[in-house]
Amino acid sequence: MSDDHTHGHSAHDAPPNPYLEKHTTPEQTAALEKRVQALESLLVAKGLVSSETLDKLVETYENDLGPINGATVVARAWVDPAYKERLLKDATTAIAELGFSGLQGEHMMVVENTPDTHNLVVCTLCSCYPWPVLGLPPAWFKDAAYRSRSVVDPRGVLRDFGLELDESTAVKVWDSSAEIRYMVLPERPAGTEDMSEEELTALVSRDSMIGVTKVQPPAA
Amino acid sequence: MNGVHDMGGMTCYGPVKPEENEPIFHAAWEKRVFAMTMLGMGQLDTLDAFRHAIERMDPTHYLSSTYYEHWLAALEALAVEKGVLTPEELATGVAQETGKRTEGPLPPEAIPAVVQGGAPCNRTEGRLTPRFSVGDQVQARNLNPTGHTRLPRYVRGKNGSIVQVHGTFVYPDTNAHGQGEQPQPLYSVRFTAQELWGPDAAATDDLYIDLWEDYLDPA
Repeated sequence: MSDDHTHGHSAHDAPPNPYLEKHTTPEQTAALEKRVQALESLLVAKGLVSSETLDKLVETYENDLGPINGATVVARAWVDPAYKERLLKDATTAIAELGFSGLQGEHMMVVENTPDTHNLVVCTLCSCYPWPVLGLPPAWFKDAAYRSRSVVDPRGVLRDFGLELDESTAVKVWDSSAEIRYMVLPERPAGTEDMSEEELTALVSRDSMIGVTKVQPPAA
Repeated sequence: MNGVHDMGGMTCYGPVKPEENEPIFHAAWEKRVFAMTMLGMGQLDTLDAFRHAIERMDPTHYLSSTYYEHWLAALEALAVEKGVLTPEELATGVAQETGKRTEGPLPPEAIPAVVQGGAPCNRTEGRLTPRFSVGDQVQARNLNPTGHTRLPRYVRGKNGSIVQVHGTFVYPDTNAHGQGEQPQPLYSVRFTAQELWGPDAAATDDLYIDLWEDYLDPA
Protein backbone atom coordinates (compact mmCIF):
# COMPACT_ATOMS: atom_id res chain seq x y z
CA MET A 1 0.00 0.00 0.00
CA SER A 2 1.16 3.53 0.59
CA ASP A 3 3.76 2.44 3.14
CA ASP A 4 6.10 0.91 0.56
CA HIS A 5 8.70 3.52 1.26
CA THR A 6 8.64 3.35 5.04
CA HIS A 7 9.07 -0.43 5.03
CA GLY A 8 11.73 -0.34 2.37
CA HIS A 9 10.19 -3.18 0.38
CA SER A 10 8.50 -2.10 -2.80
CA ALA A 11 7.33 -4.40 -5.56
CA HIS A 12 10.53 -3.45 -7.34
CA ASP A 13 12.51 -5.43 -4.80
CA ALA A 14 10.83 -8.73 -5.75
CA PRO A 15 13.59 -11.25 -6.50
CA PRO A 16 13.94 -12.61 -10.04
CA ASN A 17 11.81 -15.71 -10.39
CA PRO A 18 12.66 -18.33 -13.04
CA TYR A 19 8.98 -19.20 -13.38
CA LEU A 20 8.31 -15.68 -14.61
CA GLU A 21 10.80 -15.82 -17.47
CA LYS A 22 8.56 -16.13 -20.51
CA HIS A 23 9.24 -18.72 -23.18
CA THR A 24 10.45 -16.39 -25.90
CA THR A 25 13.90 -17.64 -26.88
CA PRO A 26 14.40 -18.16 -30.65
CA GLU A 27 14.28 -21.94 -30.11
CA GLN A 28 11.05 -21.75 -28.14
CA THR A 29 9.50 -19.42 -30.69
CA ALA A 30 10.52 -21.75 -33.53
CA ALA A 31 8.95 -24.71 -31.71
CA LEU A 32 5.73 -22.75 -31.22
CA GLU A 33 5.64 -21.73 -34.88
CA LYS A 34 5.89 -25.38 -35.88
CA ARG A 35 3.28 -26.52 -33.39
CA VAL A 36 0.83 -23.81 -34.42
CA GLN A 37 1.31 -24.50 -38.14
CA ALA A 38 0.49 -28.16 -37.46
CA LEU A 39 -2.62 -27.21 -35.49
CA GLU A 40 -3.80 -24.89 -38.25
CA SER A 41 -3.42 -27.60 -40.89
CA LEU A 42 -5.37 -29.99 -38.66
CA LEU A 43 -8.22 -27.55 -38.01
CA VAL A 44 -8.38 -26.73 -41.73
CA ALA A 45 -8.48 -30.45 -42.58
CA LYS A 46 -11.31 -30.93 -40.10
CA GLY A 47 -13.26 -28.09 -41.68
CA LEU A 48 -13.35 -25.83 -38.61
CA VAL A 49 -11.50 -22.88 -40.11
CA SER A 50 -10.05 -21.73 -43.42
CA SER A 51 -6.67 -20.04 -43.60
CA GLU A 52 -8.11 -17.18 -45.69
CA THR A 53 -10.64 -16.40 -42.98
CA LEU A 54 -7.92 -16.49 -40.32
CA ASP A 55 -5.92 -14.00 -42.43
CA LYS A 56 -8.94 -11.71 -42.67
CA LEU A 57 -9.54 -11.74 -38.92
CA VAL A 58 -5.88 -10.97 -38.15
CA GLU A 59 -5.89 -8.10 -40.66
CA THR A 60 -9.01 -6.69 -39.05
CA TYR A 61 -7.43 -6.56 -35.59
CA GLU A 62 -4.11 -5.29 -36.93
CA ASN A 63 -5.55 -2.54 -39.10
CA ASP A 64 -9.13 -1.61 -38.19
CA LEU A 65 -9.28 -1.71 -34.40
CA GLY A 66 -7.15 0.24 -31.99
CA PRO A 67 -7.03 3.00 -29.39
CA ILE A 68 -7.80 5.60 -32.06
CA ASN A 69 -11.42 4.43 -31.76
CA GLY A 70 -11.50 5.07 -28.03
CA ALA A 71 -9.71 8.39 -28.53
CA THR A 72 -12.44 9.40 -30.97
CA VAL A 73 -15.06 8.64 -28.31
CA VAL A 74 -13.15 10.60 -25.65
CA ALA A 75 -12.63 13.66 -27.85
CA ARG A 76 -16.33 13.70 -28.77
CA ALA A 77 -17.27 13.53 -25.09
CA TRP A 78 -14.92 16.45 -24.34
CA VAL A 79 -16.47 18.72 -26.96
CA ASP A 80 -20.12 17.61 -26.79
CA PRO A 81 -21.69 17.63 -23.30
CA ALA A 82 -24.86 15.90 -24.53
CA TYR A 83 -22.78 13.08 -26.01
CA LYS A 84 -20.82 12.78 -22.78
CA GLU A 85 -24.05 12.43 -20.84
CA ARG A 86 -25.23 9.64 -23.17
CA LEU A 87 -21.82 7.97 -22.96
CA LEU A 88 -21.81 7.85 -19.17
CA LYS A 89 -25.42 6.67 -19.07
CA ASP A 90 -25.38 4.02 -21.84
CA ALA A 91 -21.86 3.58 -23.15
CA THR A 92 -22.59 0.69 -25.51
CA THR A 93 -25.15 2.73 -27.46
CA ALA A 94 -23.17 5.97 -27.40
CA ILE A 95 -20.02 4.23 -28.63
CA ALA A 96 -22.01 2.51 -31.39
CA GLU A 97 -23.18 5.98 -32.52
CA LEU A 98 -19.58 6.56 -33.61
CA GLY A 99 -19.42 3.21 -35.40
CA PHE A 100 -17.65 1.07 -32.79
CA SER A 101 -19.22 -2.15 -31.55
CA GLY A 102 -18.82 -5.89 -31.40
CA LEU A 103 -16.66 -8.59 -29.89
CA GLN A 104 -15.54 -7.82 -26.34
CA GLY A 105 -17.46 -4.55 -26.36
CA GLU A 106 -21.00 -5.88 -26.31
CA HIS A 107 -21.64 -4.41 -22.85
CA MET A 108 -19.64 -1.23 -22.28
CA MET A 109 -19.32 1.08 -19.32
CA VAL A 110 -17.38 4.33 -19.36
CA VAL A 111 -16.17 5.76 -16.05
CA GLU A 112 -15.15 9.40 -15.72
CA ASN A 113 -12.01 10.81 -14.18
CA THR A 114 -12.46 14.11 -12.37
CA PRO A 115 -10.10 16.37 -10.39
CA ASP A 116 -10.81 14.28 -7.27
CA THR A 117 -11.44 10.78 -8.69
CA HIS A 118 -9.15 8.51 -10.70
CA ASN A 119 -10.39 5.28 -12.32
CA LEU A 120 -8.24 2.26 -13.17
CA VAL A 121 -9.36 -0.83 -15.13
CA VAL A 122 -7.99 -4.35 -14.65
CA CYS A 123 -9.06 -7.96 -15.18
CA THR A 124 -7.57 -10.01 -12.35
CA LEU A 125 -8.90 -13.39 -13.54
CA CYS A 126 -7.86 -13.24 -17.20
CA SER A 127 -7.37 -10.24 -19.48
CA CYS A 128 -10.79 -8.83 -20.39
CA TYR A 129 -10.38 -5.63 -22.38
CA PRO A 130 -12.70 -3.46 -24.54
CA TRP A 131 -11.51 -4.47 -28.02
CA PRO A 132 -13.79 -2.28 -30.20
CA VAL A 133 -12.48 0.92 -28.60
CA LEU A 134 -8.93 -0.01 -27.56
CA GLY A 135 -7.98 -2.91 -29.85
CA LEU A 136 -6.13 -5.91 -28.43
CA PRO A 137 -4.49 -5.39 -25.02
CA PRO A 138 -0.78 -4.73 -24.45
CA ALA A 139 1.26 -7.53 -22.85
CA TRP A 140 1.56 -5.77 -19.50
CA PHE A 141 -2.24 -5.71 -19.13
CA LYS A 142 -2.22 -9.51 -19.46
CA ASP A 143 0.79 -10.21 -17.25
CA ALA A 144 0.80 -11.20 -13.61
CA ALA A 145 2.28 -8.00 -12.19
CA TYR A 146 -0.56 -5.77 -13.35
CA ARG A 147 -3.37 -8.26 -12.81
CA SER A 148 -2.31 -9.05 -9.27
CA ARG A 149 -1.26 -5.70 -7.86
CA SER A 150 -3.76 -3.27 -9.39
CA VAL A 151 -6.43 -4.19 -6.87
CA VAL A 152 -4.29 -4.21 -3.72
CA ASP A 153 -1.83 -1.43 -4.60
CA PRO A 154 -3.34 0.71 -7.35
CA ARG A 155 -1.32 3.78 -6.37
CA GLY A 156 1.90 1.77 -6.59
CA VAL A 157 0.92 0.46 -10.03
CA LEU A 158 0.23 4.02 -11.15
CA ARG A 159 3.71 4.99 -9.92
CA ASP A 160 5.10 2.24 -12.21
CA PHE A 161 3.60 4.32 -15.02
CA GLY A 162 5.01 7.56 -13.62
CA LEU A 163 1.73 8.83 -12.20
CA GLU A 164 1.82 9.99 -8.59
CA LEU A 165 -1.68 10.73 -7.33
CA ASP A 166 -2.43 13.16 -4.56
CA GLU A 167 -3.48 11.41 -1.33
CA SER A 168 -6.82 13.18 -1.44
CA THR A 169 -7.66 11.75 -4.88
CA ALA A 170 -10.07 8.82 -4.63
CA VAL A 171 -8.99 5.77 -6.62
CA LYS A 172 -11.67 3.56 -8.10
CA VAL A 173 -10.44 0.21 -9.42
CA TRP A 174 -12.73 -1.69 -11.80
CA ASP A 175 -12.13 -5.45 -11.97
CA SER A 176 -13.71 -6.71 -15.22
CA SER A 177 -14.83 -10.03 -13.79
CA ALA A 178 -17.92 -10.46 -16.01
CA GLU A 179 -18.78 -9.50 -19.59
CA ILE A 180 -19.02 -5.76 -18.90
CA ARG A 181 -16.04 -3.97 -20.45
CA TYR A 182 -14.72 -0.72 -19.02
CA MET A 183 -13.09 2.33 -20.53
CA VAL A 184 -11.93 5.41 -18.65
CA LEU A 185 -12.97 8.87 -19.81
CA PRO A 186 -9.82 10.81 -18.90
CA GLU A 187 -9.79 14.45 -17.88
CA ARG A 188 -9.35 16.97 -20.65
CA PRO A 189 -6.01 18.64 -19.96
CA ALA A 190 -5.66 22.35 -19.42
CA GLY A 191 -4.50 24.41 -22.37
CA THR A 192 -6.61 22.51 -24.92
CA GLU A 193 -9.53 24.93 -25.05
CA ASP A 194 -8.74 26.02 -28.61
CA MET A 195 -8.02 22.58 -30.02
CA SER A 196 -10.26 20.93 -32.60
CA GLU A 197 -11.92 17.58 -31.98
CA GLU A 198 -9.42 16.01 -34.36
CA GLU A 199 -6.47 17.52 -32.50
CA LEU A 200 -7.92 16.35 -29.21
CA THR A 201 -8.29 12.82 -30.57
CA ALA A 202 -4.57 12.73 -31.35
CA LEU A 203 -3.82 13.72 -27.76
CA VAL A 204 -5.63 10.79 -26.11
CA SER A 205 -3.39 7.83 -25.31
CA ARG A 206 -4.41 4.21 -24.90
CA ASP A 207 -3.00 4.13 -21.37
CA SER A 208 -5.15 7.07 -20.30
CA MET A 209 -8.26 5.12 -21.30
CA ILE A 210 -7.14 2.12 -19.22
CA GLY A 211 -6.55 4.59 -16.41
CA VAL A 212 -2.82 4.11 -15.81
CA THR A 213 -1.90 7.60 -17.00
CA LYS A 214 -3.49 11.01 -17.52
CA VAL A 215 -3.76 12.72 -20.88
CA GLN A 216 -0.79 15.05 -21.17
CA PRO A 217 -1.26 18.67 -22.26
CA PRO A 218 0.09 19.42 -25.74
CA ALA A 219 3.80 20.17 -25.84
CA ALA A 220 4.42 23.93 -25.74
CA MET B 1 -11.17 -23.28 -8.88
CA ASN B 2 -8.61 -21.67 -6.66
CA GLY B 3 -6.00 -21.52 -9.41
CA VAL B 4 -2.95 -19.46 -10.22
CA HIS B 5 -5.09 -17.39 -12.60
CA ASP B 6 -6.91 -15.86 -9.60
CA MET B 7 -4.20 -13.26 -9.08
CA GLY B 8 -5.95 -10.34 -7.48
CA GLY B 9 -4.14 -9.12 -4.37
CA MET B 10 -0.78 -10.84 -4.85
CA THR B 11 2.32 -8.64 -4.64
CA CYS B 12 5.04 -11.13 -5.63
CA TYR B 13 5.28 -10.39 -9.35
CA GLY B 14 7.35 -7.22 -9.33
CA PRO B 15 6.69 -3.95 -11.15
CA VAL B 16 4.55 -3.56 -14.25
CA LYS B 17 6.84 -3.36 -17.27
CA PRO B 18 5.30 -1.60 -20.25
CA GLU B 19 7.03 -2.27 -23.57
CA GLU B 20 7.97 0.70 -25.77
CA ASN B 21 6.27 0.68 -29.18
CA GLU B 22 4.76 -2.71 -28.52
CA PRO B 23 3.52 -4.56 -31.62
CA ILE B 24 -0.01 -5.97 -31.63
CA PHE B 25 1.43 -9.47 -32.01
CA HIS B 26 4.96 -10.49 -31.03
CA ALA B 27 5.32 -13.46 -33.39
CA ALA B 28 3.57 -14.87 -36.44
CA TRP B 29 2.26 -17.86 -34.47
CA GLU B 30 0.41 -15.53 -32.09
CA LYS B 31 -1.68 -14.21 -34.98
CA ARG B 32 -2.70 -17.71 -36.01
CA VAL B 33 -3.56 -18.75 -32.45
CA PHE B 34 -5.61 -15.61 -31.94
CA ALA B 35 -7.59 -16.17 -35.14
CA MET B 36 -7.98 -19.95 -34.75
CA THR B 37 -9.31 -19.45 -31.26
CA MET B 38 -11.71 -16.69 -32.21
CA LEU B 39 -13.11 -18.70 -35.12
CA GLY B 40 -12.74 -22.25 -33.86
CA MET B 41 -13.48 -22.03 -30.16
CA GLY B 42 -17.19 -21.37 -30.58
CA GLN B 43 -17.50 -24.63 -32.51
CA LEU B 44 -15.83 -26.53 -29.66
CA ASP B 45 -17.42 -25.09 -26.53
CA THR B 46 -18.38 -21.85 -24.74
CA LEU B 47 -16.16 -18.85 -23.93
CA ASP B 48 -16.50 -19.82 -20.27
CA ALA B 49 -15.27 -23.36 -21.01
CA PHE B 50 -12.35 -21.82 -22.90
CA ARG B 51 -11.44 -19.62 -19.93
CA HIS B 52 -11.63 -22.67 -17.68
CA ALA B 53 -9.38 -24.63 -20.03
CA ILE B 54 -6.76 -21.90 -19.49
CA GLU B 55 -7.29 -22.11 -15.75
CA ARG B 56 -6.60 -25.86 -15.90
CA MET B 57 -3.09 -25.32 -17.29
CA ASP B 58 -0.15 -26.47 -15.20
CA PRO B 59 0.46 -23.45 -12.92
CA THR B 60 4.18 -23.23 -13.63
CA HIS B 61 3.47 -23.36 -17.37
CA TYR B 62 0.78 -20.71 -16.93
CA LEU B 63 3.23 -18.31 -15.31
CA SER B 64 6.10 -18.97 -17.70
CA SER B 65 4.16 -18.72 -20.95
CA THR B 66 2.84 -15.73 -22.82
CA TYR B 67 -0.84 -14.90 -23.21
CA TYR B 68 -1.33 -16.54 -26.59
CA GLU B 69 0.39 -19.69 -25.39
CA HIS B 70 -2.42 -19.87 -22.83
CA TRP B 71 -4.89 -19.66 -25.71
CA LEU B 72 -2.98 -22.33 -27.62
CA ALA B 73 -2.97 -24.71 -24.65
CA ALA B 74 -6.72 -24.23 -24.13
CA LEU B 75 -7.55 -24.58 -27.82
CA GLU B 76 -5.58 -27.83 -28.10
CA ALA B 77 -7.10 -29.18 -24.90
CA LEU B 78 -10.68 -28.43 -25.96
CA ALA B 79 -10.14 -29.77 -29.50
CA VAL B 80 -9.11 -33.12 -28.02
CA GLU B 81 -11.72 -33.16 -25.25
CA LYS B 82 -14.48 -32.41 -27.73
CA GLY B 83 -13.31 -35.15 -30.07
CA VAL B 84 -12.39 -32.87 -32.96
CA LEU B 85 -8.76 -34.00 -32.80
CA THR B 86 -7.31 -37.21 -31.41
CA PRO B 87 -4.25 -36.99 -29.15
CA GLU B 88 -2.33 -38.79 -31.90
CA GLU B 89 -3.31 -36.20 -34.48
CA LEU B 90 -2.24 -33.41 -32.16
CA ALA B 91 1.09 -35.13 -31.45
CA THR B 92 1.90 -35.90 -35.09
CA GLY B 93 0.21 -32.95 -36.83
CA VAL B 94 -1.27 -35.39 -39.35
CA ALA B 95 -5.03 -35.68 -39.76
CA GLN B 96 -6.15 -39.33 -39.61
CA GLU B 97 -9.52 -38.52 -41.08
CA THR B 98 -11.06 -35.37 -42.46
CA GLY B 99 -13.84 -33.56 -40.66
CA LYS B 100 -17.38 -34.80 -40.72
CA ARG B 101 -18.82 -31.31 -40.66
CA THR B 102 -21.54 -30.69 -43.21
CA GLU B 103 -21.15 -26.91 -43.15
CA GLY B 104 -17.96 -25.44 -44.53
CA PRO B 105 -15.81 -23.09 -42.47
CA LEU B 106 -16.79 -19.43 -42.20
CA PRO B 107 -15.78 -17.50 -45.35
CA PRO B 108 -13.59 -14.36 -45.11
CA GLU B 109 -16.53 -12.17 -46.16
CA ALA B 110 -18.30 -13.04 -42.91
CA ILE B 111 -15.60 -11.51 -40.70
CA PRO B 112 -16.86 -7.90 -40.52
CA ALA B 113 -20.27 -9.05 -39.32
CA VAL B 114 -18.72 -11.41 -36.75
CA VAL B 115 -16.40 -8.72 -35.37
CA GLN B 116 -18.92 -5.88 -35.31
CA GLY B 117 -21.87 -8.00 -34.23
CA GLY B 118 -20.19 -9.60 -31.24
CA ALA B 119 -21.77 -12.14 -28.95
CA PRO B 120 -23.86 -10.45 -26.25
CA CYS B 121 -24.19 -12.32 -22.95
CA ASN B 122 -27.30 -10.62 -21.58
CA ARG B 123 -30.52 -12.62 -21.77
CA THR B 124 -34.26 -12.00 -21.67
CA GLU B 125 -34.97 -15.40 -20.15
CA GLY B 126 -33.79 -17.08 -16.98
CA ARG B 127 -33.89 -15.38 -13.58
CA LEU B 128 -35.13 -11.92 -14.51
CA THR B 129 -36.16 -10.43 -11.17
CA PRO B 130 -33.14 -9.18 -9.22
CA ARG B 131 -32.99 -10.05 -5.54
CA PHE B 132 -30.91 -6.95 -4.74
CA SER B 133 -31.34 -3.25 -5.48
CA VAL B 134 -28.91 -0.36 -5.73
CA GLY B 135 -27.73 0.55 -2.23
CA ASP B 136 -28.27 -2.91 -0.73
CA GLN B 137 -25.49 -4.18 1.52
CA VAL B 138 -24.24 -7.60 0.45
CA GLN B 139 -21.59 -10.12 1.39
CA ALA B 140 -19.67 -12.09 -1.23
CA ARG B 141 -20.16 -15.75 -0.41
CA ASN B 142 -17.23 -17.82 0.73
CA LEU B 143 -17.41 -20.30 -2.13
CA ASN B 144 -14.51 -22.49 -3.22
CA PRO B 145 -15.79 -24.41 -6.23
CA THR B 146 -13.46 -26.83 -8.00
CA GLY B 147 -14.84 -25.76 -11.39
CA HIS B 148 -14.97 -22.40 -13.15
CA THR B 149 -16.07 -19.29 -11.30
CA ARG B 150 -15.72 -15.54 -11.72
CA LEU B 151 -15.81 -14.91 -7.98
CA PRO B 152 -12.17 -14.14 -7.15
CA ARG B 153 -10.76 -15.14 -3.79
CA TYR B 154 -9.96 -11.60 -2.72
CA VAL B 155 -13.62 -10.60 -2.36
CA ARG B 156 -14.97 -13.80 -0.77
CA GLY B 157 -16.49 -13.17 2.63
CA LYS B 158 -16.16 -9.39 2.21
CA ASN B 159 -18.97 -6.87 2.60
CA GLY B 160 -19.90 -4.48 -0.17
CA SER B 161 -22.80 -2.57 -1.64
CA ILE B 162 -24.73 -2.84 -4.87
CA VAL B 163 -24.05 0.15 -7.14
CA GLN B 164 -25.69 -1.05 -10.35
CA VAL B 165 -27.99 -3.82 -11.54
CA HIS B 166 -26.67 -4.80 -14.98
CA GLY B 167 -29.52 -7.16 -15.94
CA THR B 168 -29.65 -10.90 -16.48
CA PHE B 169 -26.47 -12.50 -17.83
CA VAL B 170 -25.20 -15.97 -18.73
CA TYR B 171 -23.84 -17.66 -15.58
CA PRO B 172 -20.22 -18.76 -16.18
CA ASP B 173 -20.15 -21.33 -13.38
CA THR B 174 -22.64 -23.56 -15.24
CA ASN B 175 -21.94 -22.45 -18.80
CA ALA B 176 -18.31 -23.57 -18.53
CA HIS B 177 -19.35 -27.11 -17.64
CA GLY B 178 -22.01 -28.05 -20.16
CA GLN B 179 -24.77 -27.23 -17.67
CA GLY B 180 -26.34 -24.49 -19.74
CA GLU B 181 -26.42 -20.71 -19.56
CA GLN B 182 -28.74 -20.51 -16.51
CA PRO B 183 -28.91 -16.68 -16.81
CA GLN B 184 -29.24 -14.70 -13.59
CA PRO B 185 -28.87 -11.10 -12.42
CA LEU B 186 -25.43 -9.51 -12.51
CA TYR B 187 -24.46 -6.60 -10.26
CA SER B 188 -21.72 -4.04 -9.96
CA VAL B 189 -20.59 -4.28 -6.33
CA ARG B 190 -18.42 -1.75 -4.50
CA PHE B 191 -16.01 -2.82 -1.78
CA THR B 192 -13.95 -0.29 0.12
CA ALA B 193 -10.20 -0.80 -0.14
CA GLN B 194 -10.09 -1.03 3.67
CA GLU B 195 -12.71 -3.81 3.72
CA LEU B 196 -10.60 -5.81 1.27
CA TRP B 197 -7.07 -4.98 2.41
CA GLY B 198 -7.30 -3.72 5.95
CA PRO B 199 -6.76 -0.44 7.79
CA ASP B 200 -3.51 0.44 5.98
CA ALA B 201 -5.38 0.82 2.68
CA ALA B 202 -6.38 4.32 1.60
CA ALA B 203 -9.72 5.37 3.10
CA THR B 204 -10.51 7.19 -0.14
CA ASP B 205 -10.25 4.14 -2.39
CA ASP B 206 -12.80 1.59 -3.63
CA LEU B 207 -12.90 -1.55 -5.75
CA TYR B 208 -15.76 -2.22 -8.15
CA ILE B 209 -16.41 -5.71 -9.44
CA ASP B 210 -19.22 -7.42 -11.37
CA LEU B 211 -20.72 -10.33 -9.43
CA TRP B 212 -23.58 -12.69 -10.22
CA GLU B 213 -26.48 -13.05 -7.81
CA ASP B 214 -25.47 -16.55 -6.69
CA TYR B 215 -22.16 -15.12 -5.47
CA LEU B 216 -23.95 -12.84 -3.00
CA ASP B 217 -25.82 -12.93 0.33
CA PRO B 218 -27.56 -10.03 2.05
CA ALA B 219 -25.12 -8.51 4.55
